[in-house]
Amino acid sequence: MASWDWEVFCKDTATSEVMAGCLGAGGKDITYLQWMMSAWGWTMSVALLALLVALLLGTLMGVLRTTPVKGLVWLGNAWTELFRNIPLLVQVFLWYHVLPALVPPLKDLPSFVLVVLALGLFTSARIAEQVKAGIQSLPKGQRYAGLALGLTLPQTYRYVLLPMALRIVIPPLTSESMNIVKNSSVAFAVSIAELTMFAMQAQEETSRGIEIYLAVSLLYFISAFSINRVALFIERRVQVPGLIGGGK
Amino acid sequence: MTYDFSFLNWGVLSSFVAKGLAFSVQLTLVAMAGGILLGTVLALMRLSGKSWLVLPAAAYVNTMRSVPLVMVILWFFLLIPLLIGRPMGAELSAVITFTLFEAAYYSEIMRAGIQSVPRGQVFAGYALGLTYPQTMSQVVLPQAFRNMLPVLMTQTIILFQDTSLVYAIGAYDLLKGFEVAGKNFNRPVETYLVAAVVYFVICFSLSMLVRRLQQKIQIIR
Repeated sequence: MASWDWEVFCKDTATSEVMAGCLGAGGKDITYLQWMMSAWGWTMSVALLALLVALLLGTLMGVLRTTPVKGLVWLGNAWTELFRNIPLLVQVFLWYHVLPALVPPLKDLPSFVLVVLALGLFTSARIAEQVKAGIQSLPKGQRYAGLALGLTLPQTYRYVLLPMALRIVIPPLTSESMNIVKNSSVAFAVSIAELTMFAMQAQEETSRGIEIYLAVSLLYFISAFSINRVALFIERRVQVPGLIGGGK
Repeated sequence: MTYDFSFLNWGVLSSFVAKGLAFSVQLTLVAMAGGILLGTVLALMRLSGKSWLVLPAAAYVNTMRSVPLVMVILWFFLLIPLLIGRPMGAELSAVITFTLFEAAYYSEIMRAGIQSVPRGQVFAGYALGLTYPQTMSQVVLPQAFRNMLPVLMTQTIILFQDTSLVYAIGAYDLLKGFEVAGKNFNRPVETYLVAAVVYFVICFSLSMLVRRLQQKIQIIR
């Protein structure tokens, strides 16, 4: 195999000249390194915003699936099955090509928002599954105790069930959060300038695929690993004393 | 805007979509068989307790699992031609990629399956005079495989969904078939919608089957 050429990252994307200090001349002149860093920013923006959408909707749907109201349970189940059984890439195309044709106001939204929604809703189905399992793992008595104290059903969820259930599901939610970084790579299909898109284009322009792919893979690894560390920190901060997984 | 699904007749489906569906199914089945086989070997390596076997297997599994599948597909599409010295078609490259990639995920399932078999089963095998390979292949693995069957099948449904990602290297799969049909008739909205319905029907029915399988296995235990 040919020798390494890491200088490729210091090349200007327009002129292919190696720039001093690895920085472009300014303005629109950027090096591949700067392009990659901006792509990393897009990857993280898509992933973190989608994670926010997924956590909110996923918790809501997970809760609905455990309520005593049949209609709500049905809604939660249908939501989960719908978003779990269509490939993510197809869902991205649905948001990008199909929904704006059906719902004209969506045409004004940038494709970045559409990808965030697609990835967020796809992941919300998985999170709903985890949250449901978390709530069901609590003893039934907890729910009855809340209701017996005169709390309404929403209050029982807010003050009794969810504080415990959400702590229990932190480990599976951590791996979903790491998955969302990896899954954000499908955004390349609708031309979001994120890491995978960068990898494909820069590989074609420079023919230095191995260096480019190595750097991109490393950035994905660093991103997922950082999320893992943050989640571990949160897990420790909110651990419940007295449980096997908890502190003293 | 009006919607017109009438162009999606049997002729169009069989000329554009059937070829893609055949490839997606083929890719899923080959990657499943190869992935489970290789995955079982990786799982046995990780449970062998010998560091020269444990470390490479663990490194392989963790590397595969920390990179997005799309990147793995791109990596193999770039590396295989460099290694064999001639270009390789997107379809064949996808088959190799998915087999090697899925092996990492199947190996985690098989590892959990093997670990769920009571230790006494291994001792019983040895007490009967079976060797390590015999104990594994005739006592432990059949039980591990059976216990993990629903999880292995669920992973296979995910694998089938993931085959759509060969889009990145332009292989002709189910999604591509619909896309080409949509481009030819200038009806992308309808074709993407039908593609989603087809994927949903396949994956939803398979997951219902897995659920029934799970209930059956629970009774046996």
